[in-house]
Amino acid sequence: MLGTSLIILIPFLPIISFLLISLVGRKNFPSFCGVLGTLSVLGSFVLSATVAYDYFFVVGKVGDAYQQMVPLKINWLQFAPNVSIDLGIMLDPISVMMLVVVTLVSLMVHFYSLGYMKGEERYATFYSYLGLFTFSMLGLVLSSNIFQIYMFWELVGVSSYLLIGYYFEKPSAVSAAKKAFIVTRFADLGFLIGILILSYYSGTLDFQTMIQRLTMQTNELHTITAASFMGASALAWGLVLVFIGGAGKSAMFPLHIWLPDAMEGPTPVSALIHAATMVVAGVFLVARLFPVFSGCPAALDIVMWVGVSSSLIAAIIACTQTDIKRVLAYSTMSQIGYMMFSLGTARYGGENGLGYMASMFHLFTHAMFKALLFLGAGSVIHYVHSNEMKDMGGLRKLMPVTHFTFLIACLAIAGIPPFAGFFSKEEILQSAYHANKVIFGLAILTAAITAFYMFRLYFNIFWNKPLPHKESAHDAHGAADAHDAHHGEGPATMLIPLVILGLLSVAVGFIPFNRLVTSDGKALATEFHMTFSIAPVLLATLGIFIALAFYKKESAVPQKMADSLSALYRGSYNKFYIDEIYLFVTKKILFPFVGRPAAWFDRNVVDGFMNMLASVTAHISALIKGLQSGKVQQYAAYFFAGAVGFVLIFIYWWT
Amino acid sequence: MNDIGLFHFLFISCALFFIGVFGFLTRRNLITMLMSVELILNSVNINLVAFNKFLFPDKLDGLFFTLFIITIAAAEAAVAIAIIINLYRNYKSIDVEQTDTMKY
Amino acid sequence: MDARTIIFYILAATIVGGGLMSVTSRKIFRSAVYLLFTLIGIAGLYFYLDYEFIAAVQVVVYVGGIVVLIIFSIFLTQGSGEDMQRPALGQAVFSALAAIFGCMLTMYVISQQVFTASGKPAVEPSAANIGGQMLSTTEHGYMLPFEVVSMLLLAAMIGCIVIAIKIKVPPHKILPDSNKGNEDDVPVISAGHLETQEAVAE
Repeated sequence: MLGTSLIILIPFLPIISFLLISLVGRKNFPSFCGVLGTLSVLGSFVLSATVAYDYFFVVGKVGDAYQQMVPLKINWLQFAPNVSIDLGIMLDPISVMMLVVVTLVSLMVHFYSLGYMKGEERYATFYSYLGLFTFSMLGLVLSSNIFQIYMFWELVGVSSYLLIGYYFEKPSAVSAAKKAFIVTRFADLGFLIGILILSYYSGTLDFQTMIQRLTMQTNELHTITAASFMGASALAWGLVLVFIGGAGKSAMFPLHIWLPDAMEGPTPVSALIHAATMVVAGVFLVARLFPVFSGCPAALDIVMWVGVSSSLIAAIIACTQTDIKRVLAYSTMSQIGYMMFSLGTARYGGENGLGYMASMFHLFTHAMFKALLFLGAGSVIHYVHSNEMKDMGGLRKLMPVTHFTFLIACLAIAGIPPFAGFFSKEEILQSAYHANKVIFGLAILTAAITAFYMFRLYFNIFWNKPLPHKESAHDAHGAADAHDAHHGEGPATMLIPLVILGLLSVAVGFIPFNRLVTSDGKALATEFHMTFSIAPVLLATLGIFIALAFYKKESAVPQKMADSLSALYRGSYNKFYIDEIYLFVTKKILFPFVGRPAAWFDRNVVDGFMNMLASVTAHISALIKGLQSGKVQQYAAYFFAGAVGFVLIFIYWWT
Repeated sequence: MNDIGLFHFLFISCALFFIGVFGFLTRRNLITMLMSVELILNSVNINLVAFNKFLFPDKLDGLFFTLFIITIAAAEAAVAIAIIINLYRNYKSIDVEQTDTMKY
Repeated sequence: MDARTIIFYILAATIVGGGLMSVTSRKIFRSAVYLLFTLIGIAGLYFYLDYEFIAAVQVVVYVGGIVVLIIFSIFLTQGSGEDMQRPALGQAVFSALAAIFGCMLTMYVISQQVFTASGKPAVEPSAANIGGQMLSTTEHGYMLPFEVVSMLLLAAMIGCIVIAIKIKVPPHKILPDSNKGNEDDVPVISAGHLETQEAVAE
């Protein structure tokens, strides 16, 4: 087993790089900062891989189940004899898996950004933010108690805010950053209240103790289920509130509005934060508390329905968007919805835990191919200098590597065997099939739509139009990009991550997750039904063929389809007006009926009281400032009178 | 009144103290105010010495305090005169009525 | 009435009379000389009480040091011949009343008080005894206050130098002198000058 100090080093290498870059490097060696950040994450990744190997194959298994291990626990803040906040490290299958995901994707993104961000003015700052984010995310997955996870939760929120607003000269980036921060902040309020409820009833913040107390037949469990508020038990309320926090971070409907806007950040950041790691924190949180959720079917049902509706809505919206990063953002939301409802269909232990395993599996595979999709999109944007589909088309010859890896990722996300997405989706669909037929139907529909919009994206970028004329590309991008005009690919630093992730997108599907990551740590026997997987694969293929028919060549068919389904198309194109609903609620209801009166109260009553104090003080001081005459003898006279007064008091009165 | 005792000294000390206070309150010249302060300090010295002599002849503490007061009075006079001379350089006057710029 | 009593009253008259004249005289130089009489009278009082050492210190420090300093500063700051301004009448009456009231009160309180002497055998107040106890570090020693006072004297000395030191400033930095400006003044001002000028300007 690795020493504890080496495990601590995993999150601390990125923070050291963050501190070094932001304190010293930005001024003194800005061009070296990228390499520094990459090296630190490389160190973290090597350590994580070692830890994962040790955990899964050497020490993790006791008997036939993987154990939760807490190699480090420091008592950080002791408020009262039995109220304290600890800082610790917790290793169990999901946190070890997340360690690998985060460090791997982060490493890829760091490496990729060496090429992508080259020449940016705030290149060093970018790397320092990436370091901060990686540190926070690693701290989040390693947290051993719920308060610690909350702290890192906020830290990832901050680093996400900083990175979305990286191009802060653009007003849209600034407002996107604010939107992301505020929306998740609202959700985090729910999370915090949920933490308070759960920890109040269980009397602890520690995950292990809390799960133990809230799942065994203990006094704590009886009180928390007995206490009820508005018809639901305190346990259900606590879990739902925690889930709201997770839903905010994971962009679940209706708190998803920040995620598409978050695409204002640099593309590698979208790949790291808004596709592979931070947005799955909500899934991770539910998985972390899964034994407790399992004891409260109502909460899991909410998780399930929110997940599946987000998944479907996002898939429909993704079909009509024209900004390629937004398509990917909605696709992310849809896939996270998949993970969520998969968790919702599962129960703790044994065969019932299939959905849990499937969700974690999908999280893992999704991180690979979604990061790949974003990085591929980044390459395209790097070349085209635009996010809009209409500026692209016919790029397959110009960017062969990007084209090929992008195709792999599209096949993976569509669930075509033998790519990674196929295996994890199969498990999810099986779990849904056993739990609820409606969910299964919606899920399989989403899968078909997913295949359609992903290939719509693929064909629009790489086929559709004829090859762009070299001269026109030359004109459009100026002489400086002459190299690009002949050869669309970016530098090798951008291609290597694409290739690695492409290989992984094929390979990770064969990892035996059912033996490694399960709800109770024991191996889970899964059968592979050929007959069961025929329908989803056929539907996905159908989606691909529709996309092929519509978008392979420039044609009027899509426009006709859009016209005939005009209402649905417009609704989808406008993201079902959810942003407008939010605006209406805030601008037309909250502002005039809550904000203005509160502002009036603040200006007139609160400020008025303070102004009154100030003016009273001013008047009194105007009255008595004559005493401060600057004449020494007057002062002496006051002093003398005071002294005599004290003498009299002490002699005759205070005896 | 034929035997000179503690009270006589205390009366002298008391009279001198209030003479000093009177001077400090009425004089407008900074140097004469300083003189008044010296009178006050001296009245305290008389007090201490007299107490030491008549009440605690077995000790010397009154004398020590007197010595310290004399020392401090010397330091105070030196600093005060430095300030007065500096003030005179700037205002061409050491009238306390005119040096009232440090007011509200 | 024996000689001791007479001497005491003479000393008392010198002290009180000198003090009174010192605070009322309108010629500042005379005022200083009356102060000198008072201080010498006090030194006599110490001799009268057989505290020769203190009396000697009184003469050396006050008469030889402080009064000379005061006289020098009088010569430095103004002509000694002319009369000083009379105090404002109201101020004088108020101060006199306050002083007399305070004096009466104090004397009344003193006369009511019963003092009890310790009655122990007296210590010889010789210079040897005084020095020995002052520099001892035992329970009744005054080593620490002694050192503190020496620090104070050092601080006062440095403070005097800093206050009185002249700082040369370039002519253009000197603000126009608002009151009693002397055109042929050397462009030399002291520390604190600029602040004062700014305060005046306000």
